[in-house]
Amino acid sequence: MSKFKYTDEKEKEFQRIAKKYPKIDAMMLPALWLVQEQEGWVSPDAMIFLADKLGKTPIEVYEFATFYTMFNLKPIGTYHIELCKTLSCMIMGAPELKKFIKDTLGIGPGETTADGKFHFSEVECQGACGGAPMIALNHTYHENLTVDKLKKIIEECK
Amino acid sequence: MAVELVKIVSKNFDIPDSHKLEVALKNGRYESIDKLFSMKPEDVTEEVCKSGLRGKGGGGAPCGPKWKLMPPVDERPRYLIVNGDESEPGTFKDRQIFQYDPHILIEGIICSCYAIQAHEAFIYIRGEYKWFIDRLNEAIDEAYEAGIIGPKVMNKYDFSVDITVHRGGGAYICGEKSALIESIEGKRGHPRLKPHGKECEWFYGQPATVNNVETISSVPNIVLNGYESYTKWGTQKAPGTMLFAMSGPVKNPGVYELQYGEKMLDVINEIGGGMKDGLKLKAVIPGGASCPILTAEEVEKAYLDYESMWDIGSTLGTGGMMIIPQGVSMVDVAKNLIEFYHHESCGQCTPCREGTGWIDKTIKKILDGIGSQEDIETILDVCETMNGKTICVFAPAVKDIIKSIVQKYRHEFEEHFKK
Repeated sequence: MSKFKYTDEKEKEFQRIAKKYPKIDAMMLPALWLVQEQEGWVSPDAMIFLADKLGKTPIEVYEFATFYTMFNLKPIGTYHIELCKTLSCMIMGAPELKKFIKDTLGIGPGETTADGKFHFSEVECQGACGGAPMIALNHTYHENLTVDKLKKIIEECK
Repeated sequence: MAVELVKIVSKNFDIPDSHKLEVALKNGRYESIDKLFSMKPEDVTEEVCKSGLRGKGGGGAPCGPKWKLMPPVDERPRYLIVNGDESEPGTFKDRQIFQYDPHILIEGIICSCYAIQAHEAFIYIRGEYKWFIDRLNEAIDEAYEAGIIGPKVMNKYDFSVDITVHRGGGAYICGEKSALIESIEGKRGHPRLKPHGKECEWFYGQPATVNNVETISSVPNIVLNGYESYTKWGTQKAPGTMLFAMSGPVKNPGVYELQYGEKMLDVINEIGGGMKDGLKLKAVIPGGASCPILTAEEVEKAYLDYESMWDIGSTLGTGGMMIIPQGVSMVDVAKNLIEFYHHESCGQCTPCREGTGWIDKTIKKILDGIGSQEDIETILDVCETMNGKTICVFAPAVKDIIKSIVQKYRHEFEEHFKK
């Protein structure tokens, strides 16, 4: 039995979205997004909850969640910095931004600061190549970045 | 001749608040709907066939004939699935539609649903585009509230259209249409085996058509103004326009609507403003990372349409040009791209899953200065082993880009042997 539960608001949202689809299986992605919005990550407990809700086995939910890179399978910091590393961003200066993050926050890709405030991920193309280099900060895009601009963004979060 | 910007899909992009329904209605959105319902569905399909509209997600397959693959109408539900996954590196055009004119997409969905007689449409958008998803959902809510979509299109036509936006979870392969459907159906995004003959797609076992966001957004103009309004642009085999994207160190990177057939170098210089900071052009990947790379000399001979691009040994893909300047090592470029492909291979087919990792490791070995000619041959050999032996075209795409870089810039790989 899972200890996880959607909040009333999320449960209502789940029921609203579920009506749009021909089968409940299609709720896998929307249901996981609702969990992550609520908790910040997708815990094993939440996967058991979803399996029960969607008529799946927990391992099926786990297999699904691990395939898609945007689901956090462990808690991450308050601010999630996702730095694009793919070609146009690489050419336009992503390596300097990565170095800056390492130097100022002391974290490399996949790491969280000791105070739990920042988590850093190096990610593949975010579809912002015209505004390279870029980061997404909690899903908000910041494009045409320089080290100075990134410094300001990070300082505002502190 | 100077390169001319054409405003069909991008007509409203520069208008302030163009994403809002009120502004969209004042600027021509939904004008095609009255004409649409004065036509028979098969006549709409025929008009799109005559326009020569081609899929703008990378494949370039004709849109009208694809619609004709839907089986005759029966009691089964039918679906339109709109592909807005847009994960191909170098490609960022559909997001302009979500951001600046979501109503052109909704209008296109109404037209396309009517043509294929579907009443439900799903728009699959990559999860990273959270902001754009919210923007599109706001427009859809507005359209529902105004009765533009819902049980009676435009509050008067006896035809229902429902639209649902489905947010992806971060997997490049879900841009492949069958993987996309698997993903909506609540499974890992593994591409499906394709049938020998051409047929429609199947969503939960029911007939479905999958089209790219830009393709669907091109339909309202064809319905309203007729196919001739579209074929007056472009080339004979590639009529019309495309949202071409430019990234890298040019003065004006961005998305520009151009007719097919423009000279690539003119587009880079006149529209992109040329290279910035005195940099020199070294190479261009013409239509997203999957297209064979063009050297600076080849760029001079390149024209932006499917057939011309095939003639010089590459493909037009999504029209997303990635500009690479002198000074950037092509071994680093190959390394960057193979890391992407290694990370994004869905893992279903062994040649792709293992091949991408093998090439990744071999390029790293070369960069570490411990490579040899044999390693270059290994990369080329693995490329061939991957090509055509997998369920989807991911592996052939890896072969295309990596092999072209190694063959055209082999000397740069060899320079690392001397270390």
